[in-house]
Amino acid sequence: MEYILNHPDRMLELILQHLEIVVIAVVLALLIGIPLGIVVTRVRWLEPPVTGIAGVLYTIPSLALFAVLIPFTGLSATTAITALTLYSLLVIIRNTAAAIDSVDPAMEDAAKGVGMTNVQRLFFVELPLGVPVILAGVRVAVVSAVGIAAIAAYIGAGGLGLLIFEGIRTTDPDRIIAGAFMASLLALSADFGLKRLEATLRRDRPTQL
Amino acid sequence: MITFEHVSKTYPSHNGGELVRAVNDLNVQVDEGELCVLIGPSGSGKTTAMRMVNRLVIPTEGRISVNGQDNSTMDPVLLRRSIGYVIQQVGLFPHLTVAENVGIVPRLLGWEKSKRRERANELLELVGLPPAKFADRHPRQLSGGQQQRVGVARALAADPEIILMDEPFGAVDPITRKQLQRELRRIQSEVHKTILFVTHDISEAFLLADRIVLMYRGRLIQNGTPAELLRHPVSEFVTDFIGEDQGLRVLQYTTLSEIASSAPHPLPTGHAVGTGADGNHIGGPLLLPQSMSVLDGLRHLAAVGHEAPDEILLQDKQDEITGIITNANLVMALSEAITSGETEEQGIAGGNNNNGNGSGLDTAHDIREANGVHS
Repeated sequence: MEYILNHPDRMLELILQHLEIVVIAVVLALLIGIPLGIVVTRVRWLEPPVTGIAGVLYTIPSLALFAVLIPFTGLSATTAITALTLYSLLVIIRNTAAAIDSVDPAMEDAAKGVGMTNVQRLFFVELPLGVPVILAGVRVAVVSAVGIAAIAAYIGAGGLGLLIFEGIRTTDPDRIIAGAFMASLLALSADFGLKRLEATLRRDRPTQL
Repeated sequence: MITFEHVSKTYPSHNGGELVRAVNDLNVQVDEGELCVLIGPSGSGKTTAMRMVNRLVIPTEGRISVNGQDNSTMDPVLLRRSIGYVIQQVGLFPHLTVAENVGIVPRLLGWEKSKRRERANELLELVGLPPAKFADRHPRQLSGGQQQRVGVARALAADPEIILMDEPFGAVDPITRKQLQRELRRIQSEVHKTILFVTHDISEAFLLADRIVLMYRGRLIQNGTPAELLRHPVSEFVTDFIGEDQGLRVLQYTTLSEIASSAPHPLPTGHAVGTGADGNHIGGPLLLPQSMSVLDGLRHLAAVGHEAPDEILLQDKQDEITGIITNANLVMALSEAITSGETEEQGIAGGNNNNGNGSGLDTAHDIREANGVHS
């Protein structure tokens, strides 16, 4: 705790570094995962292979995945971001598909009945109504990415993990606690904030999961 | 106008093997401005038949024409935008306001925002939801009945000629349902749409329909006006389906002109003074409009009480005398109603008992006795 109070500038820098990795990774995962989630609800036979591959990626231990990526992207934040994007894909794809599937069949019937095209149904009805479910996926992705990003300091990506590894090397428990504490705080506040947003959005979407 | 020509829809059955015929060789024509009720027990194919009109279901065989054009040659999306659609679950979009929901088809058709809003306000007014109060609410802030009013407004938004309604009032409480049914009648009398209306509620059918199409297991059993179904049911099934209030309904759906003899010559004296300036009967024959139902005619007779006349003269819209109803005509109509309805003690004429002047038979039981019909 003392370390945090004595080094506010460094703390801020590390927090921002950490956040940067997480945010870029999750945004990339959204850009790839949402379209894939939509595609699997339209072309049903694609769902098992797509979620299967994303599922396998998800089970690879983080250090192993970093090791696989290092030959391509080196010891850098890029490696960390790539790995975190791959980890986040599964939950984003799954939740996007679940969000679309959870739209009340009566709503789909009404949307078709008033003469919406497939694409209009997606943008007027399915995605707007599915936002809370997709957001729940984002929340899970962010929280786990904050955790995994701490390990990414080991491969030179920076962030709060740096403090933890420094602490281990120099047997300085204060640094370990500072890094771990801030990482947890970051995860918890992201979780809380996104939960609130989700609740607000759910208010006008009563038929969701 | 909607025309079904030899339309069938078959589905593979769940346990494999045999095909399920949801709709079997259906031939129906719904004329312009007509409210046609498709009725039948569940599984009769009525909803499937309706959903084939806007191509939410594709027929296996046969042809459906919408305003003379084969609907299989039309773009389904454009077809649906040109047809109003109301469903039991309402299906309002919860993330849009009431006005936005009503304006959804105009929006798909590319109307400008201000025009959409104007149209939405106009329609909310028509369905009895003042726009100032309701336009900017969200569907969840409305009661079930109010939501369905919005559903009806949405169907009318782009001023389609045809509207499909799939058990639209099935999910609301009985009092609200009655209210909505009456409102629909009022709205229909203003807008004159061609409406295909699916229900399993026979009272609703009789209240709303110009034409009733009764289906059972995918087949058309009878197609006719409410009066035709009542008075000339083609089978026991129709009679059973119409149910126990049949006698009363016969009287309700038979007009006075149907039971009258042709206009008498010369006219009975004093016919013109049948009703006084204050609307009260002041002696002489009673003058009633020829389009009035027998039930309402009987109510009038009961209301004039002791002054009840021997005859009723019928007038058309131009006040010409077109027919005469004698006590004998009336007794025959009543006995027809009773024998077809076989219901006990309906109290059809209600109120005054005027035995002696011939028009005072006042319960089903009395008439049955008078005609020597015993149950």
